[in-house]
Amino acid sequence: MTPLLRVEKLKITFPKGTGHSVPVDGVSFSIDRGERVALVGESGSGKSLTSLALLRLVPEPGRIAPETSIQLDGIDIMGLKGEALRALRGGRIGLVFQDPMTSLNPVLTVGYQVKEAVTAHHSMPAGQAKDRTIGLLEEVGIPDPIARYRAYPHELSGGLRQRVMIAIALGGEPDLLVADEPTTALDVTVQAQILELLDGLRTKRNMALLLITHDLGVVAERTDRVMVMYAGQLVETAPTRTLFAAPGHPYTQALLRSMPRLTGPITRLPQIMGAVPQPYAWPAGCRFHPRCEHCIDACTSQAPPWRSAGPEQEAKCWVVEGRAP
Amino acid sequence: MTGLIEVRDLVKHFESRSGWFQTPKKVHALNGVSFDVATGETLALVGESGSGKTTAGRTVLRLIDADQGSVRFDGIDVLGADRRALKALRRRIQIVFQDPYGSLDPRMTVGASVAEGIEIHRLLAKPAIGPRVAELLSEVGLDPSAAAKYPHEFSGGQRQRIGIARALAVDPAFIVLDEPVSALDVSVQAQVLNLLLDLQQSRGLSYLFIAHDLSVVRAVAHRIAVMYYGRIVEQGPRDEVLERPRHPYTTALISAIPVPDPTTQRTRIVLPGDPPSPTVHPPGCPFASRCFHPAKNQRCATDRPELVAHGASLVACHHA
Repeated sequence: MTPLLRVEKLKITFPKGTGHSVPVDGVSFSIDRGERVALVGESGSGKSLTSLALLRLVPEPGRIAPETSIQLDGIDIMGLKGEALRALRGGRIGLVFQDPMTSLNPVLTVGYQVKEAVTAHHSMPAGQAKDRTIGLLEEVGIPDPIARYRAYPHELSGGLRQRVMIAIALGGEPDLLVADEPTTALDVTVQAQILELLDGLRTKRNMALLLITHDLGVVAERTDRVMVMYAGQLVETAPTRTLFAAPGHPYTQALLRSMPRLTGPITRLPQIMGAVPQPYAWPAGCRFHPRCEHCIDACTSQAPPWRSAGPEQEAKCWVVEGRAP
Repeated sequence: MTGLIEVRDLVKHFESRSGWFQTPKKVHALNGVSFDVATGETLALVGESGSGKTTAGRTVLRLIDADQGSVRFDGIDVLGADRRALKALRRRIQIVFQDPYGSLDPRMTVGASVAEGIEIHRLLAKPAIGPRVAELLSEVGLDPSAAAKYPHEFSGGQRQRIGIARALAVDPAFIVLDEPVSALDVSVQAQVLNLLLDLQQSRGLSYLFIAHDLSVVRAVAHRIAVMYYGRIVEQGPRDEVLERPRHPYTTALISAIPVPDPTTQRTRIVLPGDPPSPTVHPPGCPFASRCFHPAKNQRCATDRPELVAHGASLVACHHA
């Protein structure tokens, strides 16, 4: 089966002084229809830029390098222009951002904004568009959708605004929903509602979900496969259960160890030394080597290859040892 | 129990006006909050946005003036203190803010920022300040050469260390930590939490640790107070609150936290609706509208539950 989305050698550059910084550097992955994939990373890892690149929304003066290939269901996204590119954005690929307050237009009603997304991709009579909009508001769990149709964003709570954002993202009937930290700005009890909603919608519509997050708890509970990003590159990909049971890359291992948890013994947290590097000063060799406790000579000078770390599990590391399947 | 800090019945209402011609709404940020923090102890104040946890922390330092209630530090009346007494108190009580980017003056060198408190309180003669700043920077795990640099040259975790060094400079006994790690990357959080634990050990510090993340709280707190709608709804020893929560809100809050272990199957309580707006003032239990407790009844809607002792905890629920 061909994957729904295939990204190859994604590289994003920004001018910096006389040279360039490369916040995303050679990222390749694919997503199947209906699959739930997490892209995990810390701030500055390049995960958000990666998601924006899928819609060709990399902010100026950033550029996607020419060697990059992004294919959605056979469509060459890198070759799209004008109308075709607009049809992709919010059409085949829906996008939900972290902050629902700044992503919604404060002077337009909720109904207007959702209807705009509905009619942008499928022309239909006004009455039908309104019905579909109210149907979408209902589908994303907004109580009293007929009244809320006329509400302005500031009249809604953070959780309801995020539901409106999801309704907008669904307006074009996407095959892939990209959710960039969709619950980070929300309280934990509201986060649980939104994650539940996203999961339900995905199953019902058989959409693929690319969930971009820094929260490993969310990853564990809501995804089938994980891609870990560090310093502009993917460093590990694995089925979610495998990743948490036996992380392959030393970065993933350290990250999981250093997380405070609600269960288990309370001990001093093992910490990762140092700080996340900056995109204009990636370390040579393996980009994690200055913080890695397993660092050997090769790590300091040569970029590591992908190695099998277990069944369907790969890590970009010189020292990782594969386990027998 | 007597604490180093004793907070009693704090009340703070703000007025919020949503339009020029509208009558202002009363926002009840604190509706009678009481707690103690003993010497060398960490009390975590936990809650969602709008629960009043930040207001509580700032009221203790008099960064916000309370409407009613009392705060005593080491027996001294904080809320009634005059200018001079307050200045003396602020040498003993310090705060570290959430945002390590916004809380340091970008035009001051790190050294000047850390030295500021020492100069204001005239704790040392001029020539002694430089070496003291160097000592403080090493104590929080930074190179003393950081003193000559500016905040923008540092990462989030390093800036939070600078904020901590700044607080330590006046040799306080009590520090309010307002979401000290929630703006930091996961890989850096543990460093800062460990530093805070070490400093508590070496200096005998007391912390009021304000946070929304119960997993973080578990790593550092001795006792936990859970806030909802401007009140403490449950308060007790850490393990008691986390392992045997008695208030349904605490139960829901714990259950809502995603667990980084895909093999655990938990029954999740997904609370309906949002936390109540602090401008609405329900007569009964503020949690009643979202409560899932099987024994929930009419009394919850009309009768406000007070904090009552249950085992080692205090719980504000008719059905605890």
